[in-house]
Amino acid sequence: MTNDNSRSYSEKIHIWGRIWGVIAILMFISYPLVVSIYYSAWPDAGPFFKGLLGVAPVFWLVGAIEAFTYAPMLGSGGAYLGFVTGNLTNLKVPCALNAMESAKVKAGTEEADVISTIAIAVSSIVTVLIIFAGVLLLAPLQPILESPVLAPAFANILPSLFGALAVIFVSRNWKIALAPLLFMLVLFIAVPSLASSVSIMVPVGALIAIGVSRILYKKGKI
Amino acid sequence: MKDFSVNSIFLFAAAGLVVVFVVVQSVFFLVKAWKRAGELGIARDTLKRVVKGSAVFTIAPAISIILGVITLSKFLGLPLPWLRLSVLGALTYELPAATTAANALGIPIAQGVADPKVYSTIAWVMTLGIMSGLIIITFFSQKIHKGLNKIQSRDKSWASIFNAALFMGMISAFLGMIFAKITTGIVGWIPVFIMLISSVIMLVCGYFVKVRKVRWLEDYAISISMLLSMALSIPVTNLLS
Repeated sequence: MTNDNSRSYSEKIHIWGRIWGVIAILMFISYPLVVSIYYSAWPDAGPFFKGLLGVAPVFWLVGAIEAFTYAPMLGSGGAYLGFVTGNLTNLKVPCALNAMESAKVKAGTEEADVISTIAIAVSSIVTVLIIFAGVLLLAPLQPILESPVLAPAFANILPSLFGALAVIFVSRNWKIALAPLLFMLVLFIAVPSLASSVSIMVPVGALIAIGVSRILYKKGKI
Repeated sequence: MKDFSVNSIFLFAAAGLVVVFVVVQSVFFLVKAWKRAGELGIARDTLKRVVKGSAVFTIAPAISIILGVITLSKFLGLPLPWLRLSVLGALTYELPAATTAANALGIPIAQGVADPKVYSTIAWVMTLGIMSGLIIITFFSQKIHKGLNKIQSRDKSWASIFNAALFMGMISAFLGMIFAKITTGIVGWIPVFIMLISSVIMLVCGYFVKVRKVRWLEDYAISISMLLSMALSIPVTNLLS
């Protein structure tokens, strides 16, 4: 393998990523577009902007934050695919981290980029298949999935996921993890209502972690 | 005007087309990354483990996404939630976005939408309201990664600490969130207990992987911890509430 080769892959990924990304944006817009045309039902400006104002400020911010936090974690290929296929925090990002961990590749390298892309691609395909099966089998599945017996299991999916993730990542980087963890503990206990906007707190945690580890690094402690 | 139903064949076809497109894109990236992995000398065995591990990992979160589809389908029918949650969207956004849009329009979300105009308004708002991440990645990802490469070429060991710090920021935010309700009493502690149970199961898995050399377990340890602690949350919740 030569350096030339590797440069061309990462360049190609950006070209592919951009082309697929632009088509994806157009495809996503096509849904409301064809609905409006087919049913001759265009939204009135008033309600449309009122709705958009209610949704866009928060979710544009969250999306921007996610882009800047997750892009480095997922690598270039993984980021292009992950942001088209969605469900990042609750699925794609942990899945990619898990895959990079099990393949023993170092985040930020081209190996990690490739592994993360494969993990996200597989996860997207499996997600689409499972949800498709779910939609097909909705009638028999609905009472099971919505039964009060199972409700606690779905309510606790994030604690179940992050409890296990924490063991791997916090134990290895506890010096980096300590400060942001303590900060978040105090913050969320003091202001429980922040739980609904946890995504906005991710970059805050990242900045604290980066700041503290920069100091520790300069002092030669990590 | 054509007869409108939130579950019409036309809407299913329109949504299905987009879902198929995203599957094709996933396969495209999978093939390209797989080939590149071969050139980089990553063992085929490792790649197969990544594929299996990722597929198993996806099952529980994907099933919880179906639950989101069901919730939204009572209001918006199946095609739109199916589309939004299979691709692009996320459980955590689509529900609040649909609710906010409906509130702005002054429509109750308890019953199905019957007016195509209302439906198209909500579809437009959900589509345009949740797109910034994709737009930024599509047009600025190269810049972001160039910046990272600069850090990396300047100081390799700092670059890897920088990466670890990003992970820690994300993980600490979510771990903190799990404690958000502890002041409401014992029920508020349930997520904390579930998190601890999951950690303990993960430690047990780690023991078998590292000490007992049960290699296959390594790729499934997180999935097993997640599924078992989700299952255990049922008796724990019943016991405490």
